[in-house]
Amino acid sequence: MLNPQLNKNGELQHLLSIEGLPKSIVNHILDTASSFVGISDREVKKVPLMRGKSVFNLFFENSTRTRTTFEIASKRLSADVINLNISASSASKGESLLDTIDNLSAMHADMFVVRHAQSGAPYLIAKHLIDTRQSHVHVVNAGDGRHAHPTQGLLDMYTIRHYKKDFTNLTVAIVGDILHSRVARSDIHALTTLGVPEVRAIGPHTLLPGGLEQMGVRVFTNMDEGLKGVDVIIMLRLQNERMSGALLPSAQEYFKSYGLTPERLALAKPDAIVMHPGPMNRGVEIDSAVADGAQAVILPQVTFGIAVRMAVMSILAGAQG
Amino acid sequence: MSNTHNFDAEALYQQLLGQVKNGLAGVSDAAIVGIHSGGAWLAERLAADLGLEQRLGFIDVSFYRDDFAKKGLHPDVKPTQIAFNVDRATIVLVDDVLYTGRTTRAAINVLFDFGRPARIMLAALADRGGRELPVAADFVATHVTLAASESLVLARAADKTFSLTIETDHA
Repeated sequence: MLNPQLNKNGELQHLLSIEGLPKSIVNHILDTASSFVGISDREVKKVPLMRGKSVFNLFFENSTRTRTTFEIASKRLSADVINLNISASSASKGESLLDTIDNLSAMHADMFVVRHAQSGAPYLIAKHLIDTRQSHVHVVNAGDGRHAHPTQGLLDMYTIRHYKKDFTNLTVAIVGDILHSRVARSDIHALTTLGVPEVRAIGPHTLLPGGLEQMGVRVFTNMDEGLKGVDVIIMLRLQNERMSGALLPSAQEYFKSYGLTPERLALAKPDAIVMHPGPMNRGVEIDSAVADGAQAVILPQVTFGIAVRMAVMSILAGAQG
Repeated sequence: MSNTHNFDAEALYQQLLGQVKNGLAGVSDAAIVGIHSGGAWLAERLAADLGLEQRLGFIDVSFYRDDFAKKGLHPDVKPTQIAFNVDRATIVLVDDVLYTGRTTRAAINVLFDFGRPARIMLAALADRGGRELPVAADFVATHVTLAASESLVLARAADKTFSLTIETDHA
């Protein structure tokens, strides 16, 4: 099967999904990221690796935070960053996705960071670049539909490794709207790849996709049961737009059953860490006492996210086609 | 790879230590910075022998190499760690083998991203010639002439003693 992420030498050519990535590449990204962490503390917060390279942020779907972290990561690698607000530009005038890509390639783009509401859009771009023999141009998936958000998955793994050192004796619970979450999918693939023996998904029936068991995940609809003895809790954002549909009764109801409170957190191991990809809805999926508490590592996740994105971009930029 | 020649690396180290000690006599803001991996081992011992453990740093030049576009990122990047204030320091940059000078150039750039040193000096256990940049060492224990297919390899034993061998690449 074609794996457009890897080139003929087995190097990472595009980052589209954690699914299908060898463990060695995941570890290489995490190891490289650890060397980038210190750069943010220096007098000059920059290294010259991508000097003269042009990174295009193509956000077909809004995300200020993810776009900003990619922009910072690019700039700390000395790349030139061009942010395209696609919703206000050519796409709304009817230009096709691949025509947009060809035009930007003609402007000598070196890397596309793509966020798209449609699952598979970054794949389509990567495949197009392969078909048109533009192997010097790289694609990073910054979130596509419900499918994948690999850099979030990787920064979550970096955070877990930072606090827990070893993956092979952990129990990790992912809580909330698993059904609509590309973060959850990327996390599940990454955790499995890195050898986490027990991954749990906790949420209401209406927000749990089918097939989780086949991915090796233990499913809980009762949060208190699911949190017992876990080392890591990954809370997911409950997207407000889900409230209006038939999937959930109300934010208050949801918080009662699936909100992470100090009482519920006490069911996990005493040294359990609490993660959240942001932005948080306090009082909906997480209590402020937990979000601001000693076990929360939500802000370190943001800091590590820059280093992980620098690692991904520098590894891609160095791939030799 | 085969070993064709051995050096007394410990004697060379003592020679280098003597030179660095003399070179730093009377210098107040001295610091030692080793380039990963071999230079880092040497720097660790130099700092211990010179009482500069609090002024010891390590550099990985992977993010500053000039062959990134050709070779990509090194698969084993180590963190650069410089905990002391680089501004106004006199820094002895330590590498195991001085060859083209490109690593030295990259390491100097790394240091300047931490601050503005008063002076940077270069120490190498061995100088094998073949410079491609205008770089010269201030302290060198030995000069060696090698074929392009040969390389000098520093190794460190568990008791932190050194060995230096010539390896020939038969590839």
